[in-house]
Amino acid sequence: MNELIELTAAAAAQRVRAREIDPAELFEAYRARAAADDLNAFTWVAPRAPAGEYPGDAPLAGVPLAVKDLFCTEGVPSQAGSRILEGYRPPYTATVVANLQRAGAPLLGKTNQDEFAMGSSNENSAYGPVLNPWDRARVPGGSPGGSAAAVAAGLAPWAIGTDTGGSIRQPAALCGIVGLKPTYGACSRFGMIAFASSLDQAGPLTRDVTDAALLLAHMVGRDRRDSTSLEFPEAIRVPRAEDLSGIRLGVPEELTGAGGGVEPGVRESFEATLARAEGLGASVEPCRLPHAPHALSAYYLIAPAEASANLARFDGVRYGLREDGEAGLVSMYSQTRSHGFGAEVKRRIMLGTYALSSGYYDAYYGTAQKVRTKIAEDFRTAFERFDFIVTPTSPWTAFALGAKTDDPLAMYLNDFCTVPMPLAGIPAISIPSGLSDGLPVGFQLAGPAFSENRLLDAAHALERAIGFDGSPARRSGESAARG
Amino acid sequence: MTEYEPVIGLEIHVQLKTRTKMFCGCELSFGDSPNIHTCPVCLGLPGALPVVNERAIRFGMMIGLALGCEIAERSLFHRKNYFYPDLPKGYQISQYDVPLCRGGRLGDVRIHRVHLEEDAAKLNHLGASGRIHGSDRSWVDFNRGGTPLVEIVTEPDIHSPEQAREWLSLLRTTLKQIGVSDVNMEEGSLRCDANVSVRPAGSAVLGTKTELKNMNSFRFLERGVRAEIQRQIGLIEAGEAVVQETLHYDPVSGGITPLRSKEEAHDYRYFPEPDLVPLVATDAMLAAAREALPAELPAERAARFERELGLSAGRARDLAFRADLADYFERALAAGAADGGVDPVELSNWIPQLVERIGSDRDPAESNVAPESLAALATMVKAREVSRDAAREVLSRLVADGGDPRAIVAREGLGALSAEDDGLGELVDRAIASDPAAAEQVRAGNLKAIGPLVGYVMRETKGRADGATITRLIRERVRQAG
Repeated sequence: MNELIELTAAAAAQRVRAREIDPAELFEAYRARAAADDLNAFTWVAPRAPAGEYPGDAPLAGVPLAVKDLFCTEGVPSQAGSRILEGYRPPYTATVVANLQRAGAPLLGKTNQDEFAMGSSNENSAYGPVLNPWDRARVPGGSPGGSAAAVAAGLAPWAIGTDTGGSIRQPAALCGIVGLKPTYGACSRFGMIAFASSLDQAGPLTRDVTDAALLLAHMVGRDRRDSTSLEFPEAIRVPRAEDLSGIRLGVPEELTGAGGGVEPGVRESFEATLARAEGLGASVEPCRLPHAPHALSAYYLIAPAEASANLARFDGVRYGLREDGEAGLVSMYSQTRSHGFGAEVKRRIMLGTYALSSGYYDAYYGTAQKVRTKIAEDFRTAFERFDFIVTPTSPWTAFALGAKTDDPLAMYLNDFCTVPMPLAGIPAISIPSGLSDGLPVGFQLAGPAFSENRLLDAAHALERAIGFDGSPARRSGESAARG
Repeated sequence: MTEYEPVIGLEIHVQLKTRTKMFCGCELSFGDSPNIHTCPVCLGLPGALPVVNERAIRFGMMIGLALGCEIAERSLFHRKNYFYPDLPKGYQISQYDVPLCRGGRLGDVRIHRVHLEEDAAKLNHLGASGRIHGSDRSWVDFNRGGTPLVEIVTEPDIHSPEQAREWLSLLRTTLKQIGVSDVNMEEGSLRCDANVSVRPAGSAVLGTKTELKNMNSFRFLERGVRAEIQRQIGLIEAGEAVVQETLHYDPVSGGITPLRSKEEAHDYRYFPEPDLVPLVATDAMLAAAREALPAELPAERAARFERELGLSAGRARDLAFRADLADYFERALAAGAADGGVDPVELSNWIPQLVERIGSDRDPAESNVAPESLAALATMVKAREVSRDAAREVLSRLVADGGDPRAIVAREGLGALSAEDDGLGELVDRAIASDPAAAEQVRAGNLKAIGPLVGYVMRETKGRADGATITRLIRERVRQAG
């Protein structure tokens, strides 16, 4: 295997700065792997390294970046996994991508995703499913399954995705990598093709916690083009912690008990990780999040409601797919949207439209907002006693392709442990905690708003103690590149 | 026969005169080439987000303060969802249950609410219908899309088409004076819809209302509302029910047709706009809005004209609701004061005369008649130095050529004939001689009969004689003769 590929992004950046690696060579090594991708992780790969001088002393040192398709990138296809945006090339670049490019991370490619980020298996992409490099018969998780699979398989040094109900953390867990969902408002949403505006948040998918911190440091910040973005109160630091002394971990019964349907292998790994945390000096105690079991129901009203409006702009008038009907305007709308959207997207548009309808608003959308407030209060109360709330990221390891596509409710249960955090707007990170039957398991830590530095520190200490080896997935990527 | 009372409320959309659009930095324009003032935000491109225009907020607050509204400490933007090609996002960002301003009053009409929103783009249809259905092809011009709008909704306090027109004129003057809009109905920067219902006079119950759209001039508003009142009365008289619907007034034919069928009835599915944070009205913002308001608004000015100058309520409004007339009136008043004093009521009587001569849409300040000239003329009339008829003639000459009214009176010999030694006595004698029957009746105490005798003298003097003097002389001479 090319030794460059074995370097974490932070290590590669360091070697570039020390002039031990030529950034052009680094880019080309990854470009070749991404171009030979047979996991269907990429929907577009840069044809060549970006022209001009590499920013040698730029903080990200030319380490190339894979970007979830729904981030708008000027002149480059940005289709959000949907047929309705097939061939769409935006005239501008999303703030987060522009920030990272300015910091020295050139665009390697755009990655496959569930259509408009609606899904937990990447099987809802109009451009086909993504395969999990740990087992190609299994899903990588979603929605940014492409970003997660690409990083795990070493087709990209690092990637960004978006998390609405667990989208960054769940695929990170299923692919054995690190995924961080920042505090709502920490990263600008400008240029992110919206799913659910009050929940969507960009974040890093990386090989390790240090890479996540490095990437996040250049993603956060107030953007005057996003009214909901906020100035991050402190600089994101490189995590150095090696123990967890004095850290209080709360284990919510509601998310880790029998109700969540956690698989035995996942539970085992979770408990082993708790024991390790105690070994590092943390205290582990049960805690209560009384309203957390209702999070999934609230989420599946709020997110589709917002999506039903966010997706109204795809009407065939200005860009993307247009199918002229025979009967004028209304016919054009219905033909375009019938053929442009996939089944899951239509399902959620219908759900959301219904939830907002006159006469149903209070019962559905209104009640869901109240539940959301309660969930945020639960977390606030819990954080008075605990530094972090910990859960398994996903109740399951990667499942077989097609296993849950006929049962939307079973699919939605993927998000059981990850949905409460975006509803409360708080940050959460998933790190690999080991393997179960040869498949990665994710461990999730959630902290109060803007606790990213502490969260990264704790995750870093745990990561060191766990010593997870992701190289099998990269070898899978390697064989793909050779084949 | 039943008497009916119309009940009318107005919904007014005002395009704000900001430099840029409501939620993006594109410049506002009128009449530029299509689609040159656009960006990802106002085109509704994927991923674009709105950012509130601070000046639009200030203008909204200024309107609210000028109308005596309560400004919400915290108001919300909502999404109003519907599909139409002029609405690029598939929803309009508007305000719903927590608007920027509530309550208030302008003149004799209460304000229900004032809120901020964005304008739709402009559609151009090819084909005979001029509307989207049945047109061969339609184009969208997004230059207008996203223009800041303020919607002002009144309570149903208006009871005639004339009152509707007059009140809209007051609103227009008010908005123009505070400088937040061009308020041009023809260009669409002021648009008015009317909610109209009728009920038997004296009834306290409201009838079923209809919403009348597309009245793009003051005249069309008055005509449209009048036509709709007649239509509703006709229905009721015929024993039919008024149906709640949205109607289109065609100014050319005068016809009223339904605008939307029931099948297209909208459920707008309002919900709070998650891309924007609540709008918090800080003390600093309110202070800035208050400071930007002029010292006196038209309604206050009308009240002052009535209270301090003794003008009738109607005359006070006629002047104050047109800032150019009120300004001219006040300049003339000041000039008259410097010249020994002018009677405000007498002066105000001459403003409509002047407007009639120069054209109703012209600013009198741009005419040949200097304010001090009009004041001088009013003073001469009041002092009976010139008769009213003669003064009208003098005004016509002032409008044509300008100049000093005293000089014109002297030069043209238009001064009032007010004494016997002017030859009036002789003329009165001739008038009595010419119509002895009338003179006899006057002598017998029938004062109405004096008219023909006065008219004789007026004709002979070409209107220069002072009416009161003639009357006195006739009565004296008739009595002497008897």
